[in-house]
Parts: sequence; structure tokens; C-alpha cells
Amino acid sequence: MSTTSSTPPVGEEVPQAPSDEGPGGAGNVGPSDAALQPAKLVIGVLGIAVSVWLIGNLFLAFAWYPQWFFDSKLLMGALGLVVGVGGAAVLFWFLNMAIEALPRRLEHGVMPYAFLLPGFSLIGLMLLFPTVQTIHYSFANRDSTAYVDPLWANFSSLFASSAFWSAMFNNLLWIAIVPAITVALGVVVAVLADKLSSSSEKWSKSFIFMPMAISFVAASAIWLTTVYGYRPPGEPQTAALNAIWVNWFGQDPASWLDIDTARLNSILLMVILIWLQTGFAMVLLSSAIKGVPEDTLEAARIDGASEWQIFWQVIIPQIWGTIVTVFITVLILVMKVFDIVYVLTNGRNNTDVIANMFFREMFTNRDAGRATALIVVLLVAIIPILIYQVRDFRKQEAMR
Amino acid sequence: MNAGRLKDGRQRSPVSMVTMLLLALLWTLPTLGLLVTSFRSRDDALTSGWWSAIINPFGTSWTFGNYTEVFERADMGNAFLNGIVVAVPATVIPIMFAAFAAYAFTFLQFRFKETLFIIIVAVMVVPIHVAFQPLLNLFGPNGLGISGQYLAVWLLHTGFGMPLCIYVLRNYMSTLPYSVVESARIDGCSNFQIFWKLVAPMAMPAMAAFATLQFLWVWNDLLIAKLFLSNDNTTVIVKLQQLLGTQGQGAELLTAGAFISMVLPMIVFFALQNFLVRGMTSGAVKG
Repeated sequence: MSTTSSTPPVGEEVPQAPSDEGPGGAGNVGPSDAALQPAKLVIGVLGIAVSVWLIGNLFLAFAWYPQWFFDSKLLMGALGLVVGVGGAAVLFWFLNMAIEALPRRLEHGVMPYAFLLPGFSLIGLMLLFPTVQTIHYSFANRDSTAYVDPLWANFSSLFASSAFWSAMFNNLLWIAIVPAITVALGVVVAVLADKLSSSSEKWSKSFIFMPMAISFVAASAIWLTTVYGYRPPGEPQTAALNAIWVNWFGQDPASWLDIDTARLNSILLMVILIWLQTGFAMVLLSSAIKGVPEDTLEAARIDGASEWQIFWQVIIPQIWGTIVTVFITVLILVMKVFDIVYVLTNGRNNTDVIANMFFREMFTNRDAGRATALIVVLLVAIIPILIYQVRDFRKQEAMR
Repeated sequence: MNAGRLKDGRQRSPVSMVTMLLLALLWTLPTLGLLVTSFRSRDDALTSGWWSAIINPFGTSWTFGNYTEVFERADMGNAFLNGIVVAVPATVIPIMFAAFAAYAFTFLQFRFKETLFIIIVAVMVVPIHVAFQPLLNLFGPNGLGISGQYLAVWLLHTGFGMPLCIYVLRNYMSTLPYSVVESARIDGCSNFQIFWKLVAPMAMPAMAAFATLQFLWVWNDLLIAKLFLSNDNTTVIVKLQQLLGTQGQGAELLTAGAFISMVLPMIVFFALQNFLVRGMTSGAVKG
């Protein structure tokens, strides 16, 4: 779908040429369809205005006057759901009505944009406007009231601080380690699971997939309680790592998350994320492996290839696209990793990352200028991935 | 003859069986350890590791005490309710808006269609962190004054989920038979009718797939809830994060709190696993 002219027939509008209009034309139901219908238009426009006004005010009332709803959270939740969904349906109904009242040609031109408008308004308000504003704020002072002098002062003070570079380094470490290991583990698990009977495959995959449902915070609680916990020497060690360390190796218990030798603590935090994400990688890679045609494997076997060669030279090339997809998805997640670091170390002992630094600047130090400057750094770092994603999308569309 | 072979004739592979068993165990044990600890008394949990309670279940004093305590002292019941009130509308509402947009992208022709969809693809990658400072100002006391309330979080999750939802639904809708839509149009159905009666019901599996993903995201989110919800309206995950900060006294509540935070997503996960997989395989990237 690179240009409109090369668009395949899917999605082609049926009657679009003006010659199709008028009585007896291909897509016509009645003569009234062709001309402007003022009454319908007025009702439609009024309907849009009234429904937007009502939905907007009702939702604001949840926030401003909870006592109107007897301070009942359940009532507000239920009403929010019903009015949100129903209101959206009513809004689109009136939108459709107003546009249909327009003359045929205008209708075809305007309808698509009308259907896009509410969704795009939300994206504009929640993502596009804030992106511009964040870049704007990054040149301003701590409460975003005036520009800093020089304009790039927030950036230069960031780039001059060793804390920033330490966080950057940790982010790079996360980027270098987590996506690669997650993908590798995902491939291994997917390949091994493929060799099991279907019921044991289903069960073992379920167990590895399960952490997907667990929040980063709960996962941190799990790993802190069961694996990384520390109790002073002499007391019984109740977490696995120290129990093994003390009882099997006869060492003094270690406070693992405080040890920054070779960034051990950061690596231990990464283990949690890998544990959470392997299931995701496995699911995608497993379905890719099942899509590898059996006859390509058969042909390789006849040619006398070993299973090892088949894996590297037949399977891997055919699932390469999925490997890249999984890698990029985990990469994006890792670039803005926050929760695990925030709840377990809050950046202490050289574990800081950019997103955690951002949170500290914004929430604790209340310095909007530095906080948004950090996000601009993150945004710049993400641009190459963004370009890749768009290119990849175009390529896929061209193949459709 | 059949020895060493699976029912479908493939060679049985002992190496994969053992490795997968070990991996599955390794992936489950930490969660199991937490579950076990949450039912042990404080003294017990301090004197022996969680594995000893699994190896010798009769040598441990089991208790529900941590759960009753965490409900009383950490206000978990209220937080759980908040979590539901936040997550359900924030899961369903984006689908309504996104579905119409996806319909337009799939079945209507218009200028800038490709450009607009590329904006969607690009915005999916943008980290949501860009939104926090500007929207804290917009929603704060000097703006709309809705910060701290559910509305702020509903709006945020609806906006942040929108690009992905449009993307997933559009990808699914483009696999639907176009001829059905075309013949409905020739019969004189309006776009709204075609969407409502034909396309939306057919796109249900994709909607369920997105809803499963979005529910897990919203329920498990820490950052948005922490920044935009007042303490009375806050979710289980934020409460759990506060519990993680407490050391010593009250540390035993952490395990019970963590498990409470996991119950609902776990149910959703096991009940809707197929939809979840479908959602992920349809290209679920979220910034």
C-alpha cells in the first residue's frame, strides 16, 4: 500500500464516480441520497453536540462531585463503563447521521475522517500534544514558567552529571543483555516444547508463559521474598540465593541487591525481567516455528543435514522475522524499564536507569525541566526504532 | 514398534522432556514460594525458608493471618475495588473509539490514509513518559482539576491504548471478507449499520484479544496509578509498592499483598489465554 494507485482491491470504494449518482445509479437506494438533507443534518449535528456535552459533563461530575453518586466507587465505575461505551456508540451514530445528510460526494469524502476523529483526538490529546509540550518544557525551568538561559541548560547540566551517565550506562547494559537473552531463551523453550507430546507441550508452555500476567511490582516482591532476600549473619537465611551461598558454599550472607561489583545488582534485576518476558518470546517464536513448512525440514534431512544444521540453517532463517519482532518489542520495554528498579533499589548502588531518574526528578525533586529533558533523551534514543517499525510496516503492507 | 515414539509418530525426545520439566519448575518455583510464604506465620517465615514448608508441609504453622492483616492495615479491599473500577472502563472504552477508526482504515478510501496509519504505527513506539509532565499540568488543580480521580486514569489509559487497539483491530479487519461489506453497502446499509451489525461482531476475537492485553496492562500498571490517583483511589499495585518500601514490622504482609494483586490477572490469564496469545501474535508493541 505504498501509493493509493497501487492499492489492491481490498478496501476499494464501490460507487465513487459521479456518474454512479442520480436515479438508477449502481449504489443508490433512493433519490434523496444524492442531495443535502437539512433536517437530518441539523439533528445529527445537534445530537453530536448534546452527546459530547452530556458525556463530558457526566465524566467531569465523577471527578468534581463524587457526592452526587453517593461517593460510591462501584456506581461511578459502572456508570463510567456504560456511559463511556454507550456514549461513544451514540456519538458515532449521530456523526454518521450528520455526514449522511450531506450530498453523496461530500459524504464519501468526509465519512472516513469522521470515524477517525474521536480516536485521533484522544491520541492527539494524550500522546501528540504532550510530546510537543515535553520537548517544549525541556527548555524551561523547574516549574515550566520561563525558558532557561541558555536554552539547552537542562541538557548541559544533565550531560555534565555523572549520575546521568551512570544511568545511561545501566540502560545500555539492560539493552545489551535483556532482549538478546529473552529471545535466545524463547527460541530454546519453543524448540524444546515443539518436541514434546501436545499435552505436555501445552502444560509446560503455560507455566513459562504465566509470569506474563504478573505485574513488575509483584514480580519484584516474588523475587525479593523467595530468591534475593537478605538476613544478617547468624540468622536463618529464608531466600534461596543466600541459603545456597551460606549453607552450601559456607560464605557469609550477602545483600545481593547492594553489590555493584561488575554491576551484579543490575544483572539480578534483569533476571526478573527476563523471567517475566521469556513466555512472551516463547509464544511468538513457537507459533513461528510451527509455521515452518515440514517439507523444507524433510528436504534438509534427505540431504543428510544434522538436526543442529537444520536448526541453524533451515529453521532460524525462516523465523528470523519473528525473532526481530520479539527483540524489538522487548527492546522498547527495556529502554523505559522503571518499576523493577524503582521498587527494589530506587537507583541505589549504581542501579539507576533513565526512567527511574526521570521519576525522581519529576516526583521527588519537582524539577520539570530536568525531568522532561531526560524524556527527550529517551525519545531521541527511540527514533531509530520508530523508523525501523515504520519501514517494516510498509514492507509488510507491500506484501499484503 | 511404537516404543520411543509419540502418538503422532514423532520421535520421543528425553532431553527436551527433562529440560522442559526443569525450566517449567524454575519458572514456577518463585511464585509458588511466594504463595506458600503468604500462608505462613511471621515467626515461621523468619526461621526457615519457603522450601522447607513445601518439603515438610506439616512442620509449618499455616495461617490466614497475613491476609486478614493486609486487608485491615493496608486498606487492600478498597484498593482492590479501585483496581477494578479503574481497569474495566479503561479496558473497554478504547475499543469503542478504536473500532470505528479501524473500520475506516480497512473499508473506506480517503486521502492521507497511509500517512495517518503510519502515525498510528509510529505513536505505538513513543514512550508514554512523554505524557506525564504536560498532563499532570493539564489535569492538575490549575487545569481541569481531575488529577487524583478515576477519570484522569481512564482518559490516560484510553489514549495510550488507542494506537495499539486501532492497529490490532485494523490488522484483523483486513482479513475479513470484503465482499460481505460490499454487498451490505449495495443493499443500502449506512457505514454505521455495516460497522455495528457486520464488522463489529466479526471482529470480536480481535477485540477480546486486545481487551485481555489491555486489562493486564492497566491492572498491573504502577506509574500512571501512582502519579494520577489520590491515595484513597489508588490501586492494589501502588499499595503493594508501598508495602515493598516497609522493612521489618509489616514485612510479612508483603507476600499476602503480592498474591492478592496477582489473583485477578491470573484468572484472566488462565481463562483467556488463547485471546492473549492471539493479541500478542497480532503485533502488540506498546510504548
